[in-house]
Amino acid sequence: MPEQPGRSAIEVRGVRKVFGSGESQVAALDTVSVSIRENEFFTLLGPSGCGKTTLLRLIAGFDFPSAGEILLHGQDIAPLPPFKRPVNTVFQNYALFPHMTVAENIGFGLEMLGKPKAEVKARVAEMLKLVKMEALSNRRTSQISGGQQQRVALARALAPQPKVLLLDEPLSALDFKLRKEMQIELKRLQHETGITFIFVTHDQEEALTMSDRIAVMSAGKILQVGTPWDIYDKPAERFVADFIGETNFLTAAISGMGNGKARATLKSGATIDATVAEGFQPKDNATVVVRPEHAKLTSGKGDLSGTVENIVYFGTDTHIHVRLDSSESFTVRQQNTRSAGCGFERGDKVGISIGNDAAQVLRD
Amino acid sequence: MAKRPFDIQAQPGFGFMALLTFFALYLPIAALVTYSFNTADSLSRWDGVSLRWFISAWHNSAVQDASVRSLVLAVSAAALSTIAATMAALATTRTRPYPGLTFKYAFINQPLMVPEIVTGVALLIVFSRIKVWTGYSGLGYLIAAHTAFCIPFAYLPIRARLESMDLTLERAAADLYATPWKAFRFVTLPLLRPAIIAGFMLAFVISLDDVVITEFVKSGGQDTLPTYMLGQLRRETSPEINAIATVFLALSVVLVTAFYFVNRRKP
Repeated sequence: MPEQPGRSAIEVRGVRKVFGSGESQVAALDTVSVSIRENEFFTLLGPSGCGKTTLLRLIAGFDFPSAGEILLHGQDIAPLPPFKRPVNTVFQNYALFPHMTVAENIGFGLEMLGKPKAEVKARVAEMLKLVKMEALSNRRTSQISGGQQQRVALARALAPQPKVLLLDEPLSALDFKLRKEMQIELKRLQHETGITFIFVTHDQEEALTMSDRIAVMSAGKILQVGTPWDIYDKPAERFVADFIGETNFLTAAISGMGNGKARATLKSGATIDATVAEGFQPKDNATVVVRPEHAKLTSGKGDLSGTVENIVYFGTDTHIHVRLDSSESFTVRQQNTRSAGCGFERGDKVGISIGNDAAQVLRD
Repeated sequence: MAKRPFDIQAQPGFGFMALLTFFALYLPIAALVTYSFNTADSLSRWDGVSLRWFISAWHNSAVQDASVRSLVLAVSAAALSTIAATMAALATTRTRPYPGLTFKYAFINQPLMVPEIVTGVALLIVFSRIKVWTGYSGLGYLIAAHTAFCIPFAYLPIRARLESMDLTLERAAADLYATPWKAFRFVTLPLLRPAIIAGFMLAFVISLDDVVITEFVKSGGQDTLPTYMLGQLRRETSPEINAIATVFLALSVVLVTAFYFVNRRKP
C-alpha cells in the first residue's frame, strides 16, 4: 500500500499475541502491523474471536504482546503499564465506579494525574456539557440509564485528554434507536475533540457509517485496511467481501492484467472489466465479486443468463435470486418504485448485465 | 400462588417437624435467659425475677478481668485476621486461575478442616517450647492462635465479594492513570468495605466464643470469658454463669444483626 498522508498516532509493528503454552498454544494475534493516523476514526472490524479486542487490550496495556512493538507518536509503549499510557478506554460494560457520582467518575483520571482541584472541576464541568449530562452530575451511576452511563463512560475517558481513545464495542449494550443516536454522537465527539478514536465492533454497518478507515480482521490477522468505500467496493479477499454487505461470487479467467485492472472471462463466456485486488497472483481461476446493486436484470441477453428462483421484497428494494446457467447463484438488488412491481416472476429466463465498474477480482 | 406438586410445605407433618426443630433449637436458650433473671441461689429453684446475678457478675473482678481479656483478644485477632484474609482474598481472586489455586483455597481454609483439639494440642507443644526459650508468656500466644483460626472466617465474605466484583473496575482505574496502590485505595477498598466489616465481625464472634484452643494455649491466669465460665461450672454451678451467658447471647445477636445489615447494604 502506498504511504498515506497524515502522521501516525499508533503504529503497530509485527505484533504477535500467543495465549497458552506448548500444544495448546493459540495465536490470538498473528503478526499484525497497522498504522493508525492522527485524528482519525479507525475501526477494527471482525467477528468475535478474530483478535480485535486483543489488539485493543495490547494498545491499552491490559496485556502485553508476545512479540512486536506498539508505537505511540514514535515511542514504544508496549512494555508500559496502562496507568503510564496517555490512552483511555471506553469499556463494553462501561465499568463506571459504582461508589462515585457521575462527576466523580469523570474527574477520576484527572485526580489520579494529580491535577489541581480547580482544574479538575473546570474540566469535569466542560465534559458534562460535552456529553449533555450537566443535570445529572451528582447522581450515582446506578441511578442513570444505559445511554446515560454510556455518555459518562465517554466523558470519563475523554476528560484526561488522551492521545488516543479506545472504544471496545461500546454500543453493543444499547437498543437499536439509542445505538443510532450514539453513533452520531460519537462522530460528533471525535470531530469536536480531535482525538484519535480506535473503535472495535463486529457490526459491519456501524463500521461503514462511522469510520474514516476500517481494518477487517479474521483469525488473528488484518486482511485489509481501507476507507469504508475501499472495503465495500474493493474487497481484497473472500472473507472481507462476504463479511461486509451482500455479494455475488463468480469464477472467472483473468487476462490482460495491468494498472490494477484486468479482463475477466466468466463461465457464461462474457468478458467484463474488473479491478484487481492488491497482491493478486495470476492463476487460472480467480474469484470475481459483484455487489447485488451493481448488476441489472434484463429480459433479453446480458453478461450472464439464468432463471429467477426467488423474489424477496424489502420495502426500499427487491432482491431477485437467480440460478445461473453455470449453476452458480446470483442476487440482483433492484430499487422499488411505487407503481410497478419488479417486472419479473419466478421461473423467468433472465439476463444479467454487469456495469462497467462493478467487478472486483479477489486475491484468494 | 398455586401449590407446586412437590412443595415441601404441603407435605403432612411439615408444620409439626418445624415446630419440634424450633423447640429443640431455642428452648434451652429460652430457659437459660429466663433463669438468668432468677433470684435463687441455685439453678434448680425459681424464686422470682431480679437482676441479682447480672449485678453480681458485673462486680466480680474475675469476670471483669476475663471480659477485658476476651475483648482485647477478639479485637486483636479479628483485626489481624481480617488484614491477612483481605490480602489472601485479593491474591486468590485478582489473578488468572492457575494450577495450584485450588490447593491454595484449601490451604487458607485448612483451620476449618483440622479438628480444634488437634490444633490445640499442637499449639500447646509448640508454644510451651517457645515460652521456655523466650521467657515471654503474655497474651501474644492467644492472639496468634486466634488470628490463625479466624482467617478462614474473615476470608469467606471478602472472597465472595471480590468474586462478584467486576474486574474491569480495577482495569478502568488503571486505564485512568491510577497506580496499583491508588486503584486499590480508591476503587477496590471502598467497594470491599462492607465485606471487610462483615469478615471482621465474623472473626470477632468466632474468637470471642472459642474454648478448646484457648484452653490449651492460655498461660496461668489468662482466662477468657468462655474458659472462665467453663472453670466455674467445674466447681459449683453459680447462677452468675446464666447472666454472663445471657449477656454473651445479646452481644452475639447484636453483632449478627449488624453483620446482616452491613452485608445487605449495596454500595
